[in-house]
Amino acid sequence: MSDERVVHLAEDVDPPLLYPEYRSTTLRAPQRPPIIVPDRFRDLESPVYGHDDIGEADHDLTRQHAGEPQGERIIVTGRVVEEDGRPVPNALVEIWQANAGGRYQHEGDQHPAPLDPNFSGAGRTLTGADGTYEFVTVKPGAYPWKNHPNAWRPAHIHFSLFGRAFSSRLVTQMYFPGDPLFEFDPIFQSVRDPEARKRLVARFELELTQSEWALGYRFDIVLRRTAFE
Amino acid sequence: MLGRTPSQTVGPFFAIALCREKQSEIVPGGSLRIGGQVFDGAGEPVPDAVVELWQADQGGTRWGRCGTNETGRFEFRTEKPTSVGGEAPAVEVNVFARGLLRHLVTRIYFPDEVAANEADPVLSSLEPPDRETLIAAEEDGGLRFDIYLQGEKQTVFFAL
Repeated sequence: MSDERVVHLAEDVDPPLLYPEYRSTTLRAPQRPPIIVPDRFRDLESPVYGHDDIGEADHDLTRQHAGEPQGERIIVTGRVVEEDGRPVPNALVEIWQANAGGRYQHEGDQHPAPLDPNFSGAGRTLTGADGTYEFVTVKPGAYPWKNHPNAWRPAHIHFSLFGRAFSSRLVTQMYFPGDPLFEFDPIFQSVRDPEARKRLVARFELELTQSEWALGYRFDIVLRRTAFE
Repeated sequence: MLGRTPSQTVGPFFAIALCREKQSEIVPGGSLRIGGQVFDGAGEPVPDAVVELWQADQGGTRWGRCGTNETGRFEFRTEKPTSVGGEAPAVEVNVFARGLLRHLVTRIYFPDEVAANEADPVLSSLEPPDRETLIAAEEDGGLRFDIYLQGEKQTVFFAL
């Protein structure tokens, strides 16, 4: 444990809880300020996940069914690190996304785009010793939602991460570079700092791209620093 | 220092990944049932939240999660954690939902721990109505812990 500790105020990076442009925040954002708690609470260690819990095709969303899903095959990889650059090994990374047509395999999704019988849109993996994770999937489509007239979400992949401690827990979304919908999307724009917003956008990398096979994107994820060695 | 990756909402469709297997038995077959409902500022149940419970145990951290149903209800099976560091026993809670741009953190305390709750540094720092939002209620042999995101009865949430 280190005595040195930086107290973070969530909103220097994270979006505010109330962001009226994203309508669903108006009845769900707490109005009273949170209370500060002792360190012990933050420092509760994350549960340990075993490799046995993860299936062999869990990280490859193109191999979870009899056939291959429709769409542009992509590799999404990156490193999970803490703010001081230390890698986070054995971290559970879970993803979910719409199919190439912009439809989720979820009964609540009423967008009249086709479902893909070969795509469930969910994956999970553990990071390696240097914090690296990798998924193979297809690029999700943009899709409409009812937030405001003619509202469309930019293509994105949801990420859920367990870092070293309770305080490292993160749920976020990864976007694709150059999306024309960025400026119209209140969820993306809810991150007020433009530099922080950029960290939600994956980078296309030719070096990750596999010839005749799949486009490569890098998405590094930086979690809150913990006191754990 | 590197810039942190910002939080984004879990959205409405997380169940395809986060609820594909039952993970609400923190201790399989545990004797303690903890359930409740999540409500929004209009008092309506929140049917698209996912509640996560963490508790310290001798062998490390035990963990479970449960998506809310159409009535905003979640339910876990566990065993009561022991007290750590002079604080009253408690279970840590994360709440994710559509409409929450970052997750909320709170804590469940136990109604039968009157003396420990009195002495607990977190609980004793709160005014009585706020303190009550963190203490579960006994119900049908289990515990009930409702989570109010907003409004008069808002649950006390913690800054990490």
